[in-house]
Amino acid sequence: MITRDRQRALKRKKRIDTIKTVIVTMMAVMFAIVFLTPIVLTITNSFMSPSEISANYGSIFATTEKGGKVFVSKTVNLKLIPDMITFSQYFTVLLKSPEYLFKFWNSILYVLPIVIVQLGIATLASYGFARYDGRLKRAIFFLYIIVMLMPYQVTLVPNFLVSRSLGIYGTRWSILLPGFFSPFAVYLLTKFMKRIPTEVMEAASIDGADEWMIFSRICMPLCKGGLASIAILVFFDYWNMVEQPLILLPDSDLHPLSVFLSKINTGEISLAFAVAVIYLVPPLLIFLYGEDYLVEGISYQGGIKG
Amino acid sequence: MTATKKRKMISWLFLLPSLLGVFLFFVAPFFVVIYYSLIDNPIQKNFVGFKNFVNVWGNSAFRQAGINTLRFSLVAVPLAVLLSLFLAAVMESRIPGRSYFRTFFLSPLMVPTASVVLIWQVLFNYNGIVNNIRMLFGAGKIDFLKSDQAQVVIVVLFLWKNLGYNMILFMAALASIPKDLLEVASLENASKFQVFWYIKVRYMSSTILFVAIMSLINSFKVFREVYLMTGDYPYSSLYMLQHFMNNTFASLDYQKLSAAAIIMFAVVTGLVYIMYQVENFYGKDLEG
Repeated sequence: MITRDRQRALKRKKRIDTIKTVIVTMMAVMFAIVFLTPIVLTITNSFMSPSEISANYGSIFATTEKGGKVFVSKTVNLKLIPDMITFSQYFTVLLKSPEYLFKFWNSILYVLPIVIVQLGIATLASYGFARYDGRLKRAIFFLYIIVMLMPYQVTLVPNFLVSRSLGIYGTRWSILLPGFFSPFAVYLLTKFMKRIPTEVMEAASIDGADEWMIFSRICMPLCKGGLASIAILVFFDYWNMVEQPLILLPDSDLHPLSVFLSKINTGEISLAFAVAVIYLVPPLLIFLYGEDYLVEGISYQGGIKG
Repeated sequence: MTATKKRKMISWLFLLPSLLGVFLFFVAPFFVVIYYSLIDNPIQKNFVGFKNFVNVWGNSAFRQAGINTLRFSLVAVPLAVLLSLFLAAVMESRIPGRSYFRTFFLSPLMVPTASVVLIWQVLFNYNGIVNNIRMLFGAGKIDFLKSDQAQVVIVVLFLWKNLGYNMILFMAALASIPKDLLEVASLENASKFQVFWYIKVRYMSSTILFVAIMSLINSFKVFREVYLMTGDYPYSSLYMLQHFMNNTFASLDYQKLSAAAIIMFAVVTGLVYIMYQVENFYGKDLEG
C-alpha cells in the first residue's frame, strides 16, 4: 500500500512539474515574441516596395512622393510579410542616395578607432592597476568608476570645454579623443586582470622577465576573452551614439548614421527601413558570432566593489 | 627590495597614457566647470557665489526636465530590476531551448536605437498599431507621444532595450550561489519562497545594487529614443535633461551649463551613494 501511495505522489509531483515547465516556457515564449518583433518587423519591412510602404504607413509619415498619387489608407497596416519581396529599397540606398552610405562610413570612422585605441590604452592601464595594488591606485580607480558612472549630461560639458580650448570642437577629434580615454574598458579589464593569480606573475619576474614581458607574454594571452567581450560592449555603445555628435559636431556632414537616420522619417520613408537594416547588420553579426563573449563580459561587470 | 620598487614605478608607466587622458578630458575640465559655475561670465570673471545655481534651480525648463527625468528613472529602474530578476528566474528553471531564449532576450542590446525607432513610431503613432488594438477593445485612440501616456511608452522602450543585459547579470549571480547552501535549505524543508528570499536575494544583493546603478545610468540614455522619435522639442512630459543641455549648449550659456552639470553630478552621486548604503545595510553579513 505504502509504495503505491508513494508512486502516486511521485506521479502527481511529476505532473505538476510538467505543468509548471509548460507555463514557464509559455511565458518565456511571450517575452521572446515581444523582444523580437521590432527587430523582425524592421527587417521584413525593408523588403517591401516603396508603394507598399507608403500604402501601409502613409498616414504616419505623410510621404510626399514625387509624381502620381499614392493610395494612403487611413489606418496603418502592420505586415509581417511583404506582398512581394523586392530589393528596391536597398537599390535606392546603395545606388541613388549616397549620403546614407557616407554617414555609415562616418560611423565606422568613429567606432573602429575608438574601439581599438580605447582597448589599447585600457590594456596598459589595467595592467598598471592590477599589478601592485596601492592606496593611491585604489583612489584613482575609484575616480575612474565615478567618471564611468557619470551620464553624458555631466561629462559632455567638460568634453565641450576641452575640445574648444584644444581647437578640435566641430572636428572628428572631438568625438574620438574622449572616446579613446573613456574609463569603461579600463574598469572592466582591470577586473579581468585581477583574476590572474599574482604568483604567476611573481614567478615570471623571479625568472628574470621584465614588466613588459610579463604584460605581453602572460597577461595578454590570459585576457584574450576579456578583450573580445569588452570590444563588443564598446562597439555597441559607440555604434549607438547620439548625444556626443549632437553637441560636439555642429556640422551634420560629420554625423554618424545613428543620428542621421532620424532625419529620414519625414522625406524618404520608403528607404528608411533598408537604411535601418544596413545599420543593424554590423552589430547583428558581431552579436551572433560573439554572444558568448558578450555574456561573459557582462557577467564580469557585476559587483562594483571588486 | 629595490627591484620591486623599480617594478612598481614601471607599473605606473603602464597607467600613464590613460591617466593623462582621463585627467585632460574628464577631471581637469571638471574643475573648470566648477570655476565657471561660480563666476558671472567668462570675460569679466566676477565671483558670484551660488547665483548661477539659484538661477538654474529656478529655471522652469530645468525643473521640468529634472522632474521628467527623475520621474522616469524612479519608475523605470525598479521595474527594470524586478522584471530582469524575473527573467533570470525563468531562465534558471528547466525550460527547453534555454540558449535560444538567452539570445532572444539579449538581442535588443545590440540594436542601435536609430534602427528600431521607425517601428516604435509605427506602433505608437496616433494611427499606429497600438491604437488599432485599443480600438478593437473599444478604447479610444491616444496620441501616445503627445499625451501623458508618453512616459509609459518610453518606460516600455527602456525595458525592451535593457532587460536582457540585467538578466545576464542576475543569471551570473544566481549561478555563483554556493550549491551546498541550497541543498541544506532543501533538506531543511525550506519553501521555494524562503530559499529565494533569504538565500538568493541576500546573496545577490551586490548584483542588485549594480543592476540598479547601471539601470539608473542607462535611464539617462532614454533621451536617444525620445530625441530620435520627437526631435529637439518634444511634448512637455518627454522633455529630458539632455534636451535642456542641448538647448543650453546651443545658446552657449557657460554658466548655466556648468551649474546644471554640477547639480546633476551631485544628484547622481547622491543616488549612487544611497543605493550603496542600502546594500551595505542589507548585505553586510555576507561579505567576508
